[in-house]
Order: sequence, then C-alpha cells, then structure tokens
Amino acid sequence: MAAEPIQQTIESVYESESRRVLATLIRLLGDFDAAEEALHDAFRAALEQWPRDGVPSNPRAWLVSAGRFKAIDAARRRTRFDALDDMGEKAEPVFIDTAAWADDESVDDDRLRLVFTCCHPALAPDAQVALTLREVCGLTTEEIARAFLTPAPTLAQRIVRAKAKIRDARIPYEVPSRADLPERLEAVLRVVYLVFNEGYSASSGEQVTRHDLSAEAIRLGRVLVELLPEPEAQGLLALMVLHDSRRAARTSPDGELVLLEDQDRSLWNRDQIAEGVRLVEQAFSSGAPGPYAIQAAIAAVHAEAPAAAATDWNEIVGLYDLLMRTAPSPIVELNRAVAMAMRDGPAAGLAVLDRLLDRGELRDYRLAHAVRGELCRRLGRTADAQVSFERALKLTRQEPERRLIERRLAEVSK
Amino acid sequence: MKYLCLVYLEPDKLHAVPDSECAMSGQRLRERGVLVAAEALQPIDTATTVRVRAGKVLVTDGPFAETKEQLAGFYLVDAHDLNEAIQIASKIPPAREGSVEVRPVRELEP
Repeated sequence: MAAEPIQQTIESVYESESRRVLATLIRLLGDFDAAEEALHDAFRAALEQWPRDGVPSNPRAWLVSAGRFKAIDAARRRTRFDALDDMGEKAEPVFIDTAAWADDESVDDDRLRLVFTCCHPALAPDAQVALTLREVCGLTTEEIARAFLTPAPTLAQRIVRAKAKIRDARIPYEVPSRADLPERLEAVLRVVYLVFNEGYSASSGEQVTRHDLSAEAIRLGRVLVELLPEPEAQGLLALMVLHDSRRAARTSPDGELVLLEDQDRSLWNRDQIAEGVRLVEQAFSSGAPGPYAIQAAIAAVHAEAPAAAATDWNEIVGLYDLLMRTAPSPIVELNRAVAMAMRDGPAAGLAVLDRLLDRGELRDYRLAHAVRGELCRRLGRTADAQVSFERALKLTRQEPERRLIERRLAEVSK
Repeated sequence: MKYLCLVYLEPDKLHAVPDSECAMSGQRLRERGVLVAAEALQPIDTATTVRVRAGKVLVTDGPFAETKEQLAGFYLVDAHDLNEAIQIASKIPPAREGSVEVRPVRELEP
C-alpha cells in the first residue's frame, strides 16, 4: 500500500536531484563514468531501502553518500590491493559527515563545475553540446541523437571521446577564476544558444523533440541565471524566452513560416514576454549590456508593440547601433539596414544594404538577397526584386523558407 | 602531470620570434618550476626518418610534410591540469606566429 507513494517520491527526487547528485559525485570520485554508475547504484539502493526505512530527511545528501559508498565498495571489490584500503580509510570520516559536502552551496558549485567542464573549449563544439545535454540536462544518448539527426553510435562515440579527453588531458572540474570567467561563460552561453536554435529554427526532424531542445536550453539558461547571475546569462535567457514566446505564431496551421510582421500577436505568450522584459531590464542595469542582452532588448521592443505598424523602429535602430559597437558583424549590419528601411523607408534601407552587399561578405547569404528582393518589391523595382529573390532561392536549404521565397517571387513575377 | 607543448610554425616564420625572447620565456618557466625541458629544432629539411623492419634499419630523407606548418620546437612542462598547461602554452612566444599543440603525457604501464 505504502510502496506506491514512495515509488513516486523516488521518481520525483530523481527528476529534481539526479543531476545535482551526479555533479557532486563527479567531484568526489573524479571520474564521469564512475559517478554515473554510482548515481544509478544510489537510486537502486533508495528503491530498496526507502520503502523499508522511510525517506531520509535530506534525500540529496543520502544519495550522494550512498553513491560514494557504492563507488568505493565497487573499487574495492574490483581490486583487492592494499593500496585501496588507504583510500577507504581516508574516505570513512568524510562519509560520516555527509552534510558538509552535500550542502546547497557546494552542490550549486558542483552544478556549475559540471557545466563549465562540459563546455570546456578544449572539447570539440559538437562534443560540448552532446556532453552538456547528457550530463547536465540528463537526456539519453538516443534522445540527443534523435534531436540532432545524428546516428546514436556516432553520438555515443563523441561523448565517450570527450569524457576520455577530460580524464586523460585532465580538464579540471572547476568554476573558472574571475579572470577567465567572461571568456569561459561565453563558451557556455554559446552551447546553450546553439541547443536553443537547433530546437527553434530547425525545419526538419520530429517537431516535438525539437521543441524539447528549446525547452531544455531555456531550463539550462534558468539554472545559469540562478547560479551565476551575470548580465549576459540574463540576456541570453531573456533572448530565448522572448523568441519562444512567439512560437505559436511563427508557423501557420499548415506548417508555413509566418514572418514577424504578419504574425497573429494574440498568440504570443504574455507571461514569457513579461519574464523576458524583466530579464532584459536586469541585464541592462549592469550598465554594460553584452550582445545577448542587446539582442534580447530588440526582441523585447518587438514583443511590446501591439501591432507590427506600432513597432518603435527608432529604438530598434539605436539598439542595432549599440550592438554594432559591442559585437560588429555583417549580419548585424544587415538587420540594422532592415530596421532603417522600416524607419526611414525602403529606399534608405536599400542604399545601406547595397553598400553592404558590395563589400562581398554577404554575397552568399540567402537572407541578404531575400531582404533586397523585398525592399526592391516595395519600391516597385520588380525586375531587381525578381533577380534577388531568385538568388536567395538558390542559396536556401530550408524547406519552409524556400516556399516563402517562392511565394514572394510569384508575387513579383505576376 | 606532464604535457608536451609542440610548437608548429610555417617555414618562413621559423625566425619570426627572436631567439632571445624564446630563451627568456624558457627561463621564466624554469624559474616557476614548470619546465622540464625545451628545445628549438632545425628546419624540417634537416630531418631523417628511421624505421626498423624485419631487423633491418631503413633510413630515409625527410619527412617532407604536406602541411604548411612544421614542428619547430617543444616544451615539456609539468602542470597541475589542462587549464594550467593551456595557460603556459599561451605564453610561449611562437604561439602568436604559429600554433602550439598541447598533448598530455602518457605514463608507461609498468
């Protein structure tokens, strides 16, 4: 009778605590694989003992110490050398004092250590993403493989290699020092944003799984903001939440892409917008907003406009100017040209865009040509619009995007 | 743990960093107690390859690597972890001209 609720309790403890317990076990055992095994042993022990003895008052500390005990025990059983008895003796006093290394603060540090280790720049970018999703988010190898349309064995190999490198090259399990933090945090945020975009803008694969990736990235972003409230972490979370607030309006019922200006704004998620705006304000209050915070601020201006025509384009152009000073790139210039076209008219935007295209960096960038086609269309320069849309069409590989450009092309060719 | 930092440079950059600067940086690492050994190498056209096959010593000229960068020198350092090794490697002067490959040393099995 009583077994059922306890079963559920253990499941919910697994849900909420397993990643924290794993992160701490990696620190204590110094090895990813040993820690994973210990985590499973600890939960197996919980399934046996909790129904009999009751749920411990601090389940997390119980699981950490059970996992550690099991790992030491397993190591002892594997090798009966005397050398290991030393290890046991050293471990014993610590084992009794479980609360000391499973308290909230050190557990939070362990979660951060895990994130920074999985996103260490010495690991291949693909491996950083895979490792983060598996170790920090708890996704299975198969789930990650499905989400990235990669064969599971390939992905498993990637994870095995990354873990071997962490062990053999001795990538430290630590939160970077203050001096290294900005650079290392940037790498972590890049991984999180990559996961988000994979879920947000992918045109193929299972829709549901992909949405899960965005949700996973947002969850990860929340963990980061909670543990390390740096302005750029807040900025990235804001950016993801604000993009995600438009999810329902982004595609028509038949799966076609709907551009921002044509979206049904009543479908936008108001709670997410409120959260995003709040985070943008926090990030900007630091005084020196970074690229994520600025992009989030731009998304917030769109989100707060009741209709496309009511968008504050002057504010958006100003934010793109700020972004150009912080993180200049041809793509940012392209977006700024679009904002200028909206503020000052298509002719002004086109002049900026053509100067940008003349520089050559965006010659093969599909959206640059799509934007040019659209501006020419608005100016009535049908032939020019046609040329640009055709060029964009040749460069695009995304199915819904291709259909959207084809529709525009059909309009100007009429 | 020991790491071997292999310095790679394009042939025309072999002397881009003055010898005196390399010597000074080596001296600093030695004073910090992290340097086990470090040497610069003659250009790759002085290299000879030795193989032993079926008990016979085969000697050939080269290698003449296809890659543009060639091994120009090495630093064997003793670092706490990869982060420290990377930090040391970033201070090796030719790192700004070519690249430094950081490889953990494998202890031989007894």
